[in-house]
Amino acid sequence: MALEQDQVLAIAELCRLQISDAEVAEYQKNLSNILDLVDQLAAVDTSDVAPMAHPLDAVQRLRADQVTETNQREHFQKIAPATENGHYLVPRVIE
Amino acid sequence: MEWEVVIGLEIHAQLATKSKIFSGASTEFGADANTQACAIDLGLPGVLPVFNEEALRMAVKFGLAIDAEIGKRSVFDRKNYFYPDLPKGYQTTQLHHPIVGKGYIDIELDNGETKRINVTRAHLEEDAGKSVHEGFGAMSGIDLNRAGTPLVEIVSEPEMRSAKEAAAYFRKMHSIVTYLGICDGDLSQGSMRCDCNVSLRPKGQAEFGTRTEIKNVNSFRNVERAIESEIQRQMDILEDGGRIIQETRLYDADKNETRGMRSKEVANDYRYFPCPDLLPVIIDDDYIDAVRATLPELPDAKRKRFVEVHGLSSVDAGVLSANRELAAYFETVAETVNDYKLAANWVQGDVSATLNRLEISIAELAVSAEQLGRILQLIKDNTLNNGGAKEVFNALAEGKGDGSVACIDSLVDSMGLKQVSDTGAIEAIVAEVLAANAKLVEGYLATPEDKRAKAIGPFIGLVRKAAKGVNPQVVMDVLQKKLNELG
Repeated sequence: MALEQDQVLAIAELCRLQISDAEVAEYQKNLSNILDLVDQLAAVDTSDVAPMAHPLDAVQRLRADQVTETNQREHFQKIAPATENGHYLVPRVIE
Repeated sequence: MEWEVVIGLEIHAQLATKSKIFSGASTEFGADANTQACAIDLGLPGVLPVFNEEALRMAVKFGLAIDAEIGKRSVFDRKNYFYPDLPKGYQTTQLHHPIVGKGYIDIELDNGETKRINVTRAHLEEDAGKSVHEGFGAMSGIDLNRAGTPLVEIVSEPEMRSAKEAAAYFRKMHSIVTYLGICDGDLSQGSMRCDCNVSLRPKGQAEFGTRTEIKNVNSFRNVERAIESEIQRQMDILEDGGRIIQETRLYDADKNETRGMRSKEVANDYRYFPCPDLLPVIIDDDYIDAVRATLPELPDAKRKRFVEVHGLSSVDAGVLSANRELAAYFETVAETVNDYKLAANWVQGDVSATLNRLEISIAELAVSAEQLGRILQLIKDNTLNNGGAKEVFNALAEGKGDGSVACIDSLVDSMGLKQVSDTGAIEAIVAEVLAANAKLVEGYLATPEDKRAKAIGPFIGLVRKAAKGVNPQVVMDVLQKKLNELG
């Protein structure tokens, strides 16, 4: 399955990735190759196989409802580009 | 043209767990920004979410309360989108295999009828953080304390036909989740929020019209007002021959109108896929039965019992069963005095009026249910008349007494409220009053028989003024007897 140029740009937009015109062609080719591989897998008859949510044959373990974390704000905010009054700062977003 | 309104609601209820759905960070409200956001909540690389057993138990409890199918195998999925308050770039939620399947609740309409509203599903998911747009100049501040708080999203069928029905549904859901103790129900803190899907169609048409979604409405009143204003907006457009655009809108309570959110240039594509970090959640019948055994009496059952066993009116029973704390207070009062109707009158009358006047909740009322029960006992055994009982109640509400039941009897004594029922004593007072008001007596005697019942009123007032706390029934009997003796 070959991806159109528009589809590559739409995927880039969804991923918030900025790509150059030259890269578009490159991604178009590489992503299409991956989809071709998926098409090969899709050719296998799976009509009597139940879809699985996870490759492991195991079930989710549960955690007791207890507060086990302590405040490490200072530690985490060391790597943030900008903080103020305990908040992480980002370019203004408003809807 | 006559239009039919079609409304479906998505309610987000925060589960009252101590820790987050996938991490051990606290969910307590009001903490300093980002002090309750751990590495898992921040979506740092290499972390592994582990599911909170209490969030699971609460969701199952909810499902059982609305008589729903419980998902014995539920699966978490990733819903991918970019927003600064969602640091992982995806929300962990449940798409194809939710924990709660089809269920229903019944709502009461204004005309007293009951309407069943079906619930499509309810699934577990995590809340996002909060963006703060004020106070950071050209930037937005992000507080991730709320990120990872467990939510159940409850999705209704589009079966509501008016804003009133939608508000009644939201109220009923609020009542159920607070009865279950799985959500604190505090709307002002965002513990329950509602997205309203609204569309119109010509009456009789089978297919739905184009809908809009009003996001994040957070009070009962605003659900009703937001939907009313959106219905009007859509109707105006359709009547003018226009078309409704499918979009997300915000409700502005100050202006009482909805407005479109900036439309996205690229349509949302959430690219859901099963979360590889979380395995399928499997529960069995034993688990479900164990949770079922913890279900409390729910509002509908309580209401029915109030009507059928205790003889309350359907309206009174509805009011007294809607709120878990109020219902518990009422039942304690009713059991103490062994009279549900008397207790119902007081709780809906003086108690509710006092809560409104002092702007407090039932939990903050200084008069305990046991104390009010004792006051009502004193009415029943004629120690207090109604006025005296109100005085004691108000004194307690203002902080008098020591909070004990015993203090009531001493308050009645010290306030001189003990009712005089002794006929001899009252006869003496009546004789004095009649002697001192000869003109009034003349007027009464000149009154025709059929109007005398009304003409006796002023005498009752005079007797009660002369002696506080007299039993009004005894006063009436004595007055009638004495006056009739005179003519």
